[in-house]
Amino acid sequence: MILAKIVGTVVATRKDDRLLGTKLLLARPIDPAGAAYGNHLVAVDTVDAGVGETVLIVSGSSARMAADLKDCPVDAAVVGIVDTVQVVEERRRDAREP
Amino acid sequence: MQLGRVIGNVVATHKDALLSGLTLLIVQPLTHAREAVGLPIVAIDSVGAGAGEDVFFVRGREAAFPFAPTLVPTDASVVGIVDHWDTVDAPR
Repeated sequence: MILAKIVGTVVATRKDDRLLGTKLLLARPIDPAGAAYGNHLVAVDTVDAGVGETVLIVSGSSARMAADLKDCPVDAAVVGIVDTVQVVEERRRDAREP
Repeated sequence: MQLGRVIGNVVATHKDALLSGLTLLIVQPLTHAREAVGLPIVAIDSVGAGAGEDVFFVRGREAAFPFAPTLVPTDASVVGIVDHWDTVDAPR
């Protein structure tokens, strides 16, 4: 899974029948420090996320395991709204040695 | 599967019901020489790993298998804590 920030919504009137009723969000992947990287992606919302929120996005065929997406033609789904990201200061193994 | 180091965790109160009770870890993929490679990912813990530990993780649909028969919506899961690994020089 990746962290991403929701930057917008996508509206599509004409789409695959199995996508009817789904909410599409535009998300920008971010690293744990909050810096954006890569291209924007369209993800199906399953947790009522909104613009400006940091979310968890599951990609690939696993996205179909999210709620109500069985047999849907999707490869990215928002499955969580992130409260906090904690990164422990990374300490190199050799840094502990004198 | 890939080697990585757990460098943190993510807290998400509102999430897919099948993810409730599971630990979300931030894992930095590593090379065989323990150098960070690529961007950190969020993976679900299936072995009790914590920050600072070297682990290996599985990506893709198979990442849900440790939680079978529940089909957990994840594309990355930590499936082992590495005690140590050894390498020899790559063949020329």
